[in-house]
Amino acid sequence: MTRNPQLNANGELTHLLTLEGLPADVVTHILDTAEPFVSIAEREVKKVPLLRGKAMFNLFFENSTRTRTTFEIAAKRLSADVINLNIGVSSTSKGETLLDTVDNLCAMNADLFVVRHSQSGAPHLIASHLTASGRTHVHVVNAGDGRHAHPTQGLLDLYTIRHYKRDFRGLTVAIVGDVLHSRVARSLIHGLTTMHTAQVRVVAPRTLVPTRVEALGVEVFNDMREGLRGCDVVVMLRLQSERMKGALLPSAGEYFKHYGLTVDKLEVANPDAIVMHPGPMNRGVEIDSAVADGARSVILPQVTFGIAVRMAVLSIVAGN
Amino acid sequence: MTTDALPDAEAALATLAERMQGAVAHDAALVGIYSGGAWVAERLAARLPGVHPLGFIDVSYYRDDYDIAGLKPNARRTTLPFDVAGATIVLVDDVLYTGRSVRAAINELFDFGRPDRIELAVLVDRGGRELPIEPTYAGVRLAVARDLSIMLSRDDARGTLSLGVGPARSRDRAEPRARRAP
Amino acid sequence: MDRPTRIEIRNGRVVDPVQGIDRVASLYIDAGRIESIAERRGDFHADRVVDATGCVVCPGLVDLAARLREPGLEHKATLESELAAASAGGVTSLACPPDTDPPLDEPGLVEMLKHRARLTGRAHVYPVGALTVGLQGAALTEMGQLAEAGCVAFSQADVPFHDTQMLHRALQYAGTFGHRVWLRPQDAYLARGGVAHDGEVATRLGLAAIPVMAETIALARIFALVRDTGVGVHLCRLSSAEGVAMVRTAKREGLPVTCDVAVHHLHLCDVDIGWFDPLAHLMPPLRSARDRDALREGVLDGTIDAICSDHAPVDDDAKQLPFAEAEPGATGLELLLPLVLKWAGEAKVPLADTLARITTRPAAILGIAQPSLAAGEAADVCVFDPKAAWAVRRESLRSQGKNTPFLGFELVGRVRWTLLAGNVVHEGRD
Repeated sequence: MTRNPQLNANGELTHLLTLEGLPADVVTHILDTAEPFVSIAEREVKKVPLLRGKAMFNLFFENSTRTRTTFEIAAKRLSADVINLNIGVSSTSKGETLLDTVDNLCAMNADLFVVRHSQSGAPHLIASHLTASGRTHVHVVNAGDGRHAHPTQGLLDLYTIRHYKRDFRGLTVAIVGDVLHSRVARSLIHGLTTMHTAQVRVVAPRTLVPTRVEALGVEVFNDMREGLRGCDVVVMLRLQSERMKGALLPSAGEYFKHYGLTVDKLEVANPDAIVMHPGPMNRGVEIDSAVADGARSVILPQVTFGIAVRMAVLSIVAGN
Repeated sequence: MTTDALPDAEAALATLAERMQGAVAHDAALVGIYSGGAWVAERLAARLPGVHPLGFIDVSYYRDDYDIAGLKPNARRTTLPFDVAGATIVLVDDVLYTGRSVRAAINELFDFGRPDRIELAVLVDRGGRELPIEPTYAGVRLAVARDLSIMLSRDDARGTLSLGVGPARSRDRAEPRARRAP
Repeated sequence: MDRPTRIEIRNGRVVDPVQGIDRVASLYIDAGRIESIAERRGDFHADRVVDATGCVVCPGLVDLAARLREPGLEHKATLESELAAASAGGVTSLACPPDTDPPLDEPGLVEMLKHRARLTGRAHVYPVGALTVGLQGAALTEMGQLAEAGCVAFSQADVPFHDTQMLHRALQYAGTFGHRVWLRPQDAYLARGGVAHDGEVATRLGLAAIPVMAETIALARIFALVRDTGVGVHLCRLSSAEGVAMVRTAKREGLPVTCDVAVHHLHLCDVDIGWFDPLAHLMPPLRSARDRDALREGVLDGTIDAICSDHAPVDDDAKQLPFAEAEPGATGLELLLPLVLKWAGEAKVPLADTLARITTRPAAILGIAQPSLAAGEAADVCVFDPKAAWAVRRESLRSQGKNTPFLGFELVGRVRWTLLAGNVVHEGRD
């Protein structure tokens, strides 16, 4: 596969699989398209007929009520039909392979697949299968694959930063937490570097920093105070309880001591720094309630922007 | 057809306002379709006697050519600072051609409420209708070849309106898009 | 079927690394054995003449690792399909690893396998027996009986050997009776859950990774055990630059070790995973370009003794899955020759020297007779066109496994005829 699998023969976005390799003007176009959709949420009739008659299948191989719900809301606001498929942990639990499932749904006239999978690369596999079988009118949106990417989250994070800070070029952004296992972090890193952010930092203990992550264009800090110094944006990642096994971390308590965001630690950042979190939050593990509910937190607006951004993504790909 | 043969937009506007004066309900809202219709609506609001609420409508999400042309970029916010339910509305557009933009605007208005009545005011009616839609008020009527496009532009400094002509903008993509097989 | 017994392979470039022959001549075969190499003879009344003009005539290839999937894994491949693939690849002798279902830990299974292979009459199959029962790493197999049944060596295939004390004892026992032991140098714990080389590509793609340390730590362990026991070990499928360097040092020290590399690792690296192509999911993983270059250097200077195909046919259902879930492995018997020729062309290695790495040296590791075209030797012969280009497509592969990262590539070097004991077992149509 030499061509970017996300673009069709006309160079238009036909799938959204990852932010990596998406040109800045495509990213900007998505953010610009999201803006008017924010105001639709404020109307009484929150629907527009753009995707009426289109069938969107939520293919969630990994449970996530949150993400699935926001995609459902986004699709319904565009008047699309939404069908939810929660396939068990293993795609073969029904005896059917992943691609067989996709083929069956295409036979039911699916227009859009929103895919969440525990394995990196699953949406790419589906997209290349669709291309190989000539189904160019069916589109794939990645709702999170393994550790690899969560492009709509990356986009809504970019939207949020742009909303509060305007220009990426002068910004210092710190991403704090389990970068090793985080698709949110990877997508945000790609998005920020694409938009020419001045400095992107990751802050984590050595066990949670991926090999050669500097190659993605970030600076690594193991000390949180050093990492937050002079930051304009602080993005806190969720710490999953599984990380306490396997000798990556001793305990949530020790993690909070070194890497939890408190009012105290936030003080070294710029006075107008904003605090973000992809949710759901583990209060007292990665973030203190005082900060999460404080003046600098933009965590709730992120959710609102998330619906508008997903409406933009669905509108763009389904129309190409 | 050259620019010389085009009517003067300001003159057409004056004619349109004259025709609307006295005919339009005193409390009718003027709703301009972006972007040319919005300019015309602004000018009409200033010229017509009485106070008419002024709104603007973006029809990007209500168009019927999404499957052919995809999502139009640069959508603007629809702002309707009055209660659509029970209102008398005059939809305002710059050039009336196939009638599809007006159809989209009407559909969008109905998503906000049930108006009492909708009228249509256009600066230029160039014929070529593809839907059964006729203007209530028209500034000027023109016959224009199908391969040409009529555009309204506004001088940024002085705000004067002028009409221009160019080759028809193709709605279709360079390559036909794949459609789902029936 | 009327099998011709007197065969003349006419006018090819006869290359025999053992005898040091490299010249245009004809090869004369009678009753399954080589009679002579000579310029055209008028007195040899051949039942069949093979016109080898423009072709290379060499001993049949010897492949150190080709999975035939029998017994037990017939949905992936069968003896018939894979030995046909071997013949199509010019391979006349191959060793198959013990990771069948059940594993080759019983003499009966080994006998059955050899018997079935003999019936197809396509290639000599040399089974590698399981070192431990069920490959579980707990109890030793009856190596003596397995050797009598036909096993040429003992290994754990790709199953990790956790218990160092057990491994030590297995080596001591095998060494007592002169049995050969083959080991994959991969630390079970460092490789646990990993599917790709620990580097920039795995980080970008979010794939669980296997560091080079998994190979070097395992090598250090094996060398310490070899030093202690004096038992020689063949190392299977080197993958890293540091690994090659360690083997180089160990050989200089005089340790009795040999090693091989899978031909794919001489050409591909982790970047070739592209957008999660499951066809590039191999074990050991494709490592960095630097590692690949060091492996090529290692083959060139002889640190790496032999090149093998590591043939692993995988059914489509098991391959067309998200990368980490896809079964690792590539089909390779039919690609071994053209890929080795590709490396040789790029590294500027003469033909005889090149062919030695897939004939003479693997034969030595297997402990079988040197493959040679000397008079009296069994007529296991490969005739190939070194200039013929062919497209690697599903249809052009005889193996039941169509899983190769080279699908869609054009390769140069095509086998035209393969003979086993003087019988033509493959005749290329294109």
